[in-house]
Amino acid sequence: MSSVLFDVPGPKARTRNVYLNVATVIVVAAIIGFILYRFNESGQFTAKKWEIFTFPRVQQMFLTVIGATLKAFAVAAVGSLVLGILLAFGRLADSRWVSVPCYWFTELFRAVPLLILMMIMYYGLPSAGVKGITPFIAVVVGLILYNGSVLAEVFRAGIESLPKGQREAGLAVGLSKGQVQRIILLPQAVRSMLPVIISQLVVILKDTALGFLITYNEVLYYANFLGSQGQYGSPVVPALMVTAVIYVGLCLILSGIAKLVESRMSSRVRVVKTRVGLAG
Amino acid sequence: MNVLIDNSGLFVTGFKNTGILFVISAFFALVLGTVVAGMRVSPAPAMRGAGTLYVNAVRNTPLTLILAFFALGYPKLGLPEIGFMNAAIVGLSLYTATYVSEAIRSGINTVAVGQSEAARAIGLPFMQTLTLIVLPQAFRSVLPPLFSVFIALLKNTTVAAGFSVFEAGAIRAYLSERGEPLLPGLLWVAVIFVVLVLGILTPLQRYLEKKWRVAR
Repeated sequence: MSSVLFDVPGPKARTRNVYLNVATVIVVAAIIGFILYRFNESGQFTAKKWEIFTFPRVQQMFLTVIGATLKAFAVAAVGSLVLGILLAFGRLADSRWVSVPCYWFTELFRAVPLLILMMIMYYGLPSAGVKGITPFIAVVVGLILYNGSVLAEVFRAGIESLPKGQREAGLAVGLSKGQVQRIILLPQAVRSMLPVIISQLVVILKDTALGFLITYNEVLYYANFLGSQGQYGSPVVPALMVTAVIYVGLCLILSGIAKLVESRMSSRVRVVKTRVGLAG
Repeated sequence: MNVLIDNSGLFVTGFKNTGILFVISAFFALVLGTVVAGMRVSPAPAMRGAGTLYVNAVRNTPLTLILAFFALGYPKLGLPEIGFMNAAIVGLSLYTATYVSEAIRSGINTVAVGQSEAARAIGLPFMQTLTLIVLPQAFRSVLPPLFSVFIALLKNTTVAAGFSVFEAGAIRAYLSERGEPLLPGLLWVAVIFVVLVLGILTPLQRYLEKKWRVAR
């Protein structure tokens, strides 16, 4: 294996790599060992601290809060994709009356911290007389405004990276400008930007945890509630461990699904190419 | 405007602490991220594995959860007290380091293999190949993603407000204690962030990109 930094190892380099491997294993084992030792010493593994997780009621609640996290994620993901596409086409519009506001919209909402957006929704608007803002609405709208703006830039980059001929050919065969954007440019842009779009979806999933800070009853919020149960030994660390497993699991599942979609999409390109005459 | 002037003390302290969080976390994230990036391109499989494990585990965990662990879980472990500010710095650094390492690693991968082969061919040893040939080119190409990472870090510092750190994100709680109007107060916080990101960090990025542009 030859990378930019290293040549194919000779005998000397090979023995050195063996030492490096051993040293790394020792250091990593020491760090993990220390963490486990501290957890054990401070009684994080005692049955009392884990008892609460054996109650069916608590397990059901975990399913409910996972549902709440997924609901916020699903609504926010769809909303962000739609807003992103609209903003991207807005920025590419010929009329300055459309493109300039879209430009400032994306720039501003990418510059404001997501948590501040959620706070404006949840604390700011009701104090100014707006009614009916639930934590769910605040979380979802905040996520959509922020991630929609980020995705708008992604879509725009994808569309601008396409060869000019694509658009010109579409116009030449008599498609309207809207049709060119919808059936020529957007599908190709989405396909080429799929890895970035997917990692942004993972970001949305992770950012639903910000809902914890504005009292949205999701996984982390519930874990914090469990951690404060004194009669079960305040299992803060076990509750956070369970939460971490849930989040990492959800993110890995999402990435897995995304990879599947990606490979299927790229294989479909080949099929379409072979029967171009039927497409559309 | 009145909210800003009447409570200027709150805003100054809040954003000062945001600045401290940002600068210190950025420093540690850069150091740790570079080390992890080095591990992920190293010839030893165990080092690559350890780096990959760290990056994948931390990147798939929400920042809120990481900060919750250091602010709420860590004190339960019977280790020396570190305080909420330091807890936030540790959490932000560990989280941001994974993004820094990914940016730097992709930068190293963009350098053409021929570059270091040529360097070795004229007899440069490993360290000189790395410091004179590969890193200067890699660093230039990672500047934009690295800046995005640091802009994200600046915005992420607000999450620490949820864990007893008095910074920009916590200004709302203090305003509400004083019975001040919340919407204008929060809008001012948003405006200051917009100025910091669009007025300072983005122009700085453009300037550095221009200064270090690679002629290809």
